[in-house]
Amino acid sequence: MIPALEARPRLAPGCRLRDSAGQPRVLLMPERALQLNGPSLEIVQRCDGKHTVREIVAELQARYAKAKPQKVEQDILGYLALLHDQRAVDFE
Amino acid sequence: MSSTTPSPLALVAEVTHRCPLHCVYCSNPLELTSRERELPTDAWGRVLREAAELGVLQVDFTGGEPLARPDLADLICTARGAGLYTNLITSGRPLDEKRLDELVTAGLDHFQLSFQAAREEMANEFAGARAHKEKLQVAGWVKKQRIALTLNFVIHRRNLDQLDEMIALTEKIGPGRVEFAHVQYYGWAFANRSRLLPTRDQLDRSLEILKRAEERLKGRIRVEYVVPDYYAKYPKACMGGWGRKIALITPEGDVLPCHAAKILPGLSFENVQNRSLRKIWEQSDAFRKFRGEDWMQEPCRSCDRRTQDFGGCRCQAFLLVGDSAATDPVCSLSPRRNVVDAILAEVNAATPIAAAPKTEWLYRPNPA
Repeated sequence: MIPALEARPRLAPGCRLRDSAGQPRVLLMPERALQLNGPSLEIVQRCDGKHTVREIVAELQARYAKAKPQKVEQDILGYLALLHDQRAVDFE
Repeated sequence: MSSTTPSPLALVAEVTHRCPLHCVYCSNPLELTSRERELPTDAWGRVLREAAELGVLQVDFTGGEPLARPDLADLICTARGAGLYTNLITSGRPLDEKRLDELVTAGLDHFQLSFQAAREEMANEFAGARAHKEKLQVAGWVKKQRIALTLNFVIHRRNLDQLDEMIALTEKIGPGRVEFAHVQYYGWAFANRSRLLPTRDQLDRSLEILKRAEERLKGRIRVEYVVPDYYAKYPKACMGGWGRKIALITPEGDVLPCHAAKILPGLSFENVQNRSLRKIWEQSDAFRKFRGEDWMQEPCRSCDRRTQDFGGCRCQAFLLVGDSAATDPVCSLSPRRNVVDAILAEVNAATPIAAAPKTEWLYRPNPA
């Protein structure tokens, strides 16, 4: 499900980033572990129930200023939809 | 050796064989470990820290019934402190809300609650215990906590026709995830197989129902299921491959590549009381025996699928054709597939069992 821009994504119960310094960042969830890097990590780190999708898009557009803003937005919406379908993220 | 041996990703911690249920398809071995021989708290603590250092991401606390151990919250706390994701695989008894609070506070991430059926009478029959009502109550308590909840329905010939009711019960409870796990034929399930193996018609109907449910519940409840492997064209990648992803520790501390490995002849298992988990994982005979491809026979040896299914299940090969290095006989390419086909022919020829008398089950007992 593609989220609305005003939705606030939040990691679902039982889903969390592994908190071990110096090791690859991994999103842990029931029976699964996703290795995250670059943009995927930056998106997941902002799934805190406080940032809106619009804010996440704006922050990453600023960070990846060389990429087309429209493409950054589409990628973020697609990735959040994927995480939602896997029950890793709730839209609040 | 150590540089080429992959790290395990998950540790299955069978912390006890004691259990208030007596399920007719229990995956525990026929010879159960007694309470006196169980590893003490500090030994488990050391093993959990060693597992995290070895690269393990997730630990499954299972049994028997892990809640039977009074130190379960301590073990969860140690595991979480070492950086592991903690799963509790449980019948939900014995438990009250206060103890659940303690487990969550200790760092429990994921509560996986087993169900034997949607109807109380049947569930209690398969479990050999009156447990179903309490499970419903436990599910309600877990829902109030901010942890993941999975319902795990064990399905087989006698309850497969009530799949719609199980899905309805799942929706009523509202977990993040549900597993419909076909019985796997090892241990107690192998002993009860003729009563548990579904018919082809049942299976086909059930797969349609599950596909529809998966689509309909997408984004709300993650629905997962697999085809029972006797009916599959290719074998399952048992444990993700022998000694590749998963290590299992028995209640007394023996380290096994899978739940049933102790039935295999000629294998000896090392114990975490005598050697580090890393050394056992990398060097023990049991883990090296079927790791990689050197042990494979034809048709596996030259098969393109050998890197996907790793030759299937060693225990199944031994149980069905008496050779633990044979191609898993459920594989359509196996020269011994006829053994599986004969079992299926018998199941599919039989008149449907309406309600087999309860006394015909072989129930799993509780160890001393």
